Amino acid sequence: MLSHAQSICSFKLKSLKAGILALAATASISAFAADTAKVNTTGLAITDDTVTVGILHSLTGTMAISETGAQEAEKLAIKQINESGGILGRQIKIIQEDGASDWPTFAEKSRKLLVKDKVAAVFGCWTSASRKAALPVFEKENGLLYYPTFYEGLEQSKNVIYTGQEATQQILAGLDWVAKEKKAKTFYLIGSDYIWPRTSMKIARKHIENVLGGKVVGEEYKPLGNTQFGSVINKIRLKKPDVIYAAVVGGSNVAWFKQLKAAGITSKKQTLLTISVTEDEVLGIGGENLEGFYSIMKYFQSLDNPNNKAFVKAFKEMWGEDSVIGDVTQAAYLGPWLWKAAVEKAGSFDIDKVVEASRTGDIELTTAPEGYVKLHPNHHLWSKARVGQWNKDGQATVVFESELIEPNPFPKGYQ
Amino acid sequence: MQFIYEKLLGGKQGAVGFFILAALILIVLPLFLDMFRLNLVGKYLTYAFAAVSIVLLWGYGGTLSLGQGIFFGLGGYAMAMFLKLEASSPENTAIQSTPGIPDFMDWNQLTELPWFWLPFHSLTLTIILILVVPAAFAYLIGAAMFKRRVGGVYFAIITQVIAVILTVLIVGQQGFTGGINGITDLRTLNGWDITTDSAKLIFYFLNAFLLLGVIIVGRFILTSKVGSLLLAMKDKEDRVRFSGYDVANFKIFIFCIAAVIAAIGGAMFTLQVGFMSPSFVGIVPSIEMVIFAAIGGRMSLIGAVYGTLLINFSRTMFSESFPELWLFLMGGLFIGVVMFFPNGLAGIWQSYGHYITRYFAFADKFFPKEKTNLPQLNTKES
Amino acid sequence: MGEYTLNELGSIFAMQGFAGISLFSVLLLMALGLAIIFGQMGVINMAHGEFMAVGAYVTYFLSSMTETYLPGFMPYYFLFAIVAAFFVAAIIGYFAEYALIRHLYKRPLDTLLATWGLSLIMQQCFRSIFGAREVSPTLPEWLLGSYQPTENIHIPLNGMFVLALTFFVTAGVFYLLFKSRWGLRVRATTQNRQMSGAVGINTKKVDRYTFALGCGIAGIAGAAFTTIASTGPTTGSLYIVDTFMVVVFGGAASLFGTIASAFSIAQAQSILEFFISGSMAKVYTLLVLVLILMFKPEGLFASKVRR
Repeated sequence: MLSHAQSICSFKLKSLKAGILALAATASISAFAADTAKVNTTGLAITDDTVTVGILHSLTGTMAISETGAQEAEKLAIKQINESGGILGRQIKIIQEDGASDWPTFAEKSRKLLVKDKVAAVFGCWTSASRKAALPVFEKENGLLYYPTFYEGLEQSKNVIYTGQEATQQILAGLDWVAKEKKAKTFYLIGSDYIWPRTSMKIARKHIENVLGGKVVGEEYKPLGNTQFGSVINKIRLKKPDVIYAAVVGGSNVAWFKQLKAAGITSKKQTLLTISVTEDEVLGIGGENLEGFYSIMKYFQSLDNPNNKAFVKAFKEMWGEDSVIGDVTQAAYLGPWLWKAAVEKAGSFDIDKVVEASRTGDIELTTAPEGYVKLHPNHHLWSKARVGQWNKDGQATVVFESELIEPNPFPKGYQ
Repeated sequence: MQFIYEKLLGGKQGAVGFFILAALILIVLPLFLDMFRLNLVGKYLTYAFAAVSIVLLWGYGGTLSLGQGIFFGLGGYAMAMFLKLEASSPENTAIQSTPGIPDFMDWNQLTELPWFWLPFHSLTLTIILILVVPAAFAYLIGAAMFKRRVGGVYFAIITQVIAVILTVLIVGQQGFTGGINGITDLRTLNGWDITTDSAKLIFYFLNAFLLLGVIIVGRFILTSKVGSLLLAMKDKEDRVRFSGYDVANFKIFIFCIAAVIAAIGGAMFTLQVGFMSPSFVGIVPSIEMVIFAAIGGRMSLIGAVYGTLLINFSRTMFSESFPELWLFLMGGLFIGVVMFFPNGLAGIWQSYGHYITRYFAFADKFFPKEKTNLPQLNTKES
Repeated sequence: MGEYTLNELGSIFAMQGFAGISLFSVLLLMALGLAIIFGQMGVINMAHGEFMAVGAYVTYFLSSMTETYLPGFMPYYFLFAIVAAFFVAAIIGYFAEYALIRHLYKRPLDTLLATWGLSLIMQQCFRSIFGAREVSPTLPEWLLGSYQPTENIHIPLNGMFVLALTFFVTAGVFYLLFKSRWGLRVRATTQNRQMSGAVGINTKKVDRYTFALGCGIAGIAGAAFTTIASTGPTTGSLYIVDTFMVVVFGGAASLFGTIASAFSIAQAQSILEFFISGSMAKVYTLLVLVLILMFKPEGLFASKVRR
């Protein structure tokens, strides 16, 4: 296990001499640990051989379904880092807190992690609402949060590193692809009624109308938890769009795809592109209801590269053969690795120095399961967008892969 | 003196209970808890406002509202709107396409402040609205329903539906309300940083004093003629009606009072937690507030506070150590309290509290005992 | 509307009509069980949604069992699943009545709290047994796809199935309540409990079976809904408010009222949804219902029951 972990987490770190990592892994740990007083000038919970971090996801409540994968991936990454010698010679200790799907609880637990536990970094949050609730705490207490979910953008905080895609990264390449590949001119937009689908649709509409020269023939938002799509499906039939562009979430998502299929709208006659279905969602929806439809994500479990093969194998060893890995799970896995790279570049655990190192634009991972990623000075990741076509078995076949896309959380012309 | 003792504190047992509570939240907790835990207690105590309002409305008024979250939310949102406007000064929001409006409006292509946000530029107006809007809304609902003698189960369900409507509206109209994320990133009150420890301490005490004040006001109402009539209505509504009283008006009155109390709790919540979101408006928080009151004792204003503290403390502790067990425990508590302790913690105090109060016999020396005609706890099931 | 042919518009109109009827059958199926429990017994069962989830999970369980052990049986398991869903939910309901509800008949608001507690416990049970993720039973082929009478008209098969099922269940409930000896006893107990007891009806037994029947029907509804929506630990709570609205709007003790109310709510909502966005359609529908209820609190069909 040890050697295996080492092999998949060899780092390319420009400023650090390549030999150090290998040495640290093989030699006794404390011998190479830098002086604690030097690497920790702000009183974080760091000893000569350990460093404490927090994991903050919902273990209970409605969001527990989605957040399980993320916290599992974070634990896997931390375990692998520890096995390969830890960070600056220190083993990572985890304090896990439950956000309980309740936004004030996220703020409360963040404060606990930062003020009482003095953790050096927090990996956590899933929904935008929980991030928005916790954000002022991180800014006030000067903490560092690695946030894994693809989200609506329009945010950039000194104290947050966003390891998922912001909206334009996810959306634009997929729309370009469908316009080119499927000759799509008319689009029907449908989403759940909250901020992420609405912002994403706004960006999509601008891109369709201003860049692609296409037409949006309908835009629709259903309340969260809604399970009746009969009328919408009829509207779609009336408008006959080339592409249905969907961002329906949660339980609604299942109802939406089941009812589409029942209404005879299948991939044989209709192109459907969604930005809200990962492998996790497919479990609930059922592969047979999605067969042939497309998702735009940066990561699919079926990605064919050595990094991903090793990652999937390690994940299944740790969390069971049946587990599936979605986009957010993979993004969550990047968090601890990005933090490690930044800490080692900074040579310190101090939040300000780690942030400064993160902003240099030099932090990169060649071992990311999604391929190569690089941290942009705006705290988001350079990443590729991929279009996957769903198969009956719940896995996707990647049919398109973009170049690395620059993150742009405040896109001009799309607001 | 006599008046204060009997009317506002509720006799010896009531007075001792009140002072124990006051000592607990004003002295003991601040002494023994660090700032982080104290802030948590402060948050819980804001829920206690809602629980107290439910005791008034349900325990004494006999009408169960499953929509106290509506009023808690109205109060919280009003406060949040004021703080958000202050946080969105043109200097702070210079990068937006329309500076000077809250960030979420800018993202939703609003180019000017909606009219109903305008009053929230002023703190005085905001405080007035925190009290007036919930009262007016409660009056509308109450007048429509109680005048037509809708009560009991129907009232509970309709208030619940109104809570759903309000939630869907807030989430759906995100350009005006901040949507599901709520109104976040609130930092200053009239230029004073509310995120510092000292500010949190001040809010804690303000909150505690307001809560104690609300309990005293509640006591006063209940010991007045209104309180006696409410109890009478609860047992035999028709008889009160036949005696010539307009039953509906009393119910509307107590519903409005309850709404205002819950709204104060909401406003204090926003101040202490730093944001407000629709997850405090809907069905689940509303029912939880009922549970706080039920656990504490539906006939006891003080019990409601203990019920709130107990449930929330155990939630925090249990969800940290046994997240799996928490829902079982919570569900079991509901059932247990309803079936075996209809009067909750207060019922236990009522039965065994005199073992404690007799050590406070000196209290009677300061306030000579007279015969009272206070409404006693109604231990009989209604 | 020049770009559409008359044929197309006609097809959409027909399908939209079916969407309304489909929603009607869904609402009615949800509400029937509650109408019996709430209307006949005056018990507010907040765990109604969880009883539906029981039915859904039973279907899921049987689906995975069949898939593993009896793959050849897949086309037929669903019918058995519905029956099993009924009995499992009814048995749980029977015990819930015995342990909980019967102590609280005199305190209707307290049943609300106690059943809310019950719903929390049931949710956690689902989570512990089936996991927190949403599950989806594999449906038999004959329930998937649509019926195409003409080129442009697609009628979803699962919608037709739910409609037919609703019809049978409703007819069954009517038969039981209005044509059987048992129904006579239920109605007698509803109208005058003490007098019924005096003439020799075992009112406690009647209560228990009525409650179990209501829960069993919720189980059927749950099983049927696996064809159109998802199943998760908290699925039940999505339905509860809509269900109560249907029952209350219809007038609590009237089954005809429940049917009429489900029909009008469904039509209003599906027509509104066609013309305005989904969220606002929901808000307007609920708002109108609340307003009507404020002016006519006894619901569409007044109940003339004295207690």
